Amino acid sequence: MSTLHTAHTSAHEGAHGTLRDYLIGFGLSVILTAIPFWLVMGDVLESKAVTGYVIMGFAAVQIVVHMIYFLHMNAESDEGWTLTALVFTIILVAITLAGSLWVMHHLNVNMMPGMGPEAHAHPSS
Amino acid sequence: MDRAVTLPEFDTTVFYDPDEHEHAPGGSTLLGFWIYLMSDCLIFAVLFATYGVLGSSYAGGPRPSELFDLPLVALNTTMLLLSSITYGFAMLEARRRRVATTQFWLAVTGLFGAAFVGIELYEFVHLFHEGATPQTSAFLSAFYTLVATHGLHVTVGLIWLVVLMVQVGQRGIMPANQRRLACLSLFWHFLDVIWIGVFTFVYLLSTLR
Repeated sequence: MSTLHTAHTSAHEGAHGTLRDYLIGFGLSVILTAIPFWLVMGDVLESKAVTGYVIMGFAAVQIVVHMIYFLHMNAESDEGWTLTALVFTIILVAITLAGSLWVMHHLNVNMMPGMGPEAHAHPSS
Repeated sequence: MDRAVTLPEFDTTVFYDPDEHEHAPGGSTLLGFWIYLMSDCLIFAVLFATYGVLGSSYAGGPRPSELFDLPLVALNTTMLLLSSITYGFAMLEARRRRVATTQFWLAVTGLFGAAFVGIELYEFVHLFHEGATPQTSAFLSAFYTLVATHGLHVTVGLIWLVVLMVQVGQRGIMPANQRRLACLSLFWHFLDVIWIGVFTFVYLLSTLR
């Protein structure tokens, strides 16, 4: 129990970042934000699909950078419960996003021709 | 029935900590606040999913590539990112218990945050003048709901920030105020994380379509 108690009291101070952490996080964020904007605004890549996947990749990396350097996520804080809550949330978010997009996409595809929202807006495509 | 009688005395096996051990005041506040943020994350997940589903239902109205002003969004993103690092500086000063510099960095954070909200409102007013209101199409309804919910969070964060500046000024940086600053720190950086999703999925990806 004694180890549990010490962990309990130290946890309430929360995880701390150092000046170095904040500066690294900021530097990485600036780079990870600037590149996607540049890719889209400058029409750098030929394929729009590739650009889309690349900027989604940058967003994912930047979220991790923020989690580590700004939110100071680690496996130790509050005996791992912060990380457990985060992982649980990520699973729920993934189910919500993927499930909604998947179900609604198929609903649109299986609609009768001419009923989908796309049909009215731009018949040419 | 016989077996039940031969069981050992029940009180001897205790499955919980019988002693009332000490809890530091506010010891679980940060974890509780983190769990609140995770539930907030689910609100945004649902709004993102709604936008993902309805984002291409223009109903003959304007398309994202005609509406969105990416340099303005880039400026907005810069404001929020700068406010994140200045809040970090405020936290570092708060740990050294320097009231004046903590308040200074909180004020700088507040100014960047206010600039963010101001630019977002300017963008909305501009869109309204172009006739792109929430009633125009499902895409715009979903867009305003998601982006304005984030903007509302930032506004609440700004109010909280001002309250904390006053509290730090009146009572100094005692443990309770340090805990409050740490909670707002989580809230503020969390909003920046959500904004990464907004500028990537709402502004950049929609413009590509």
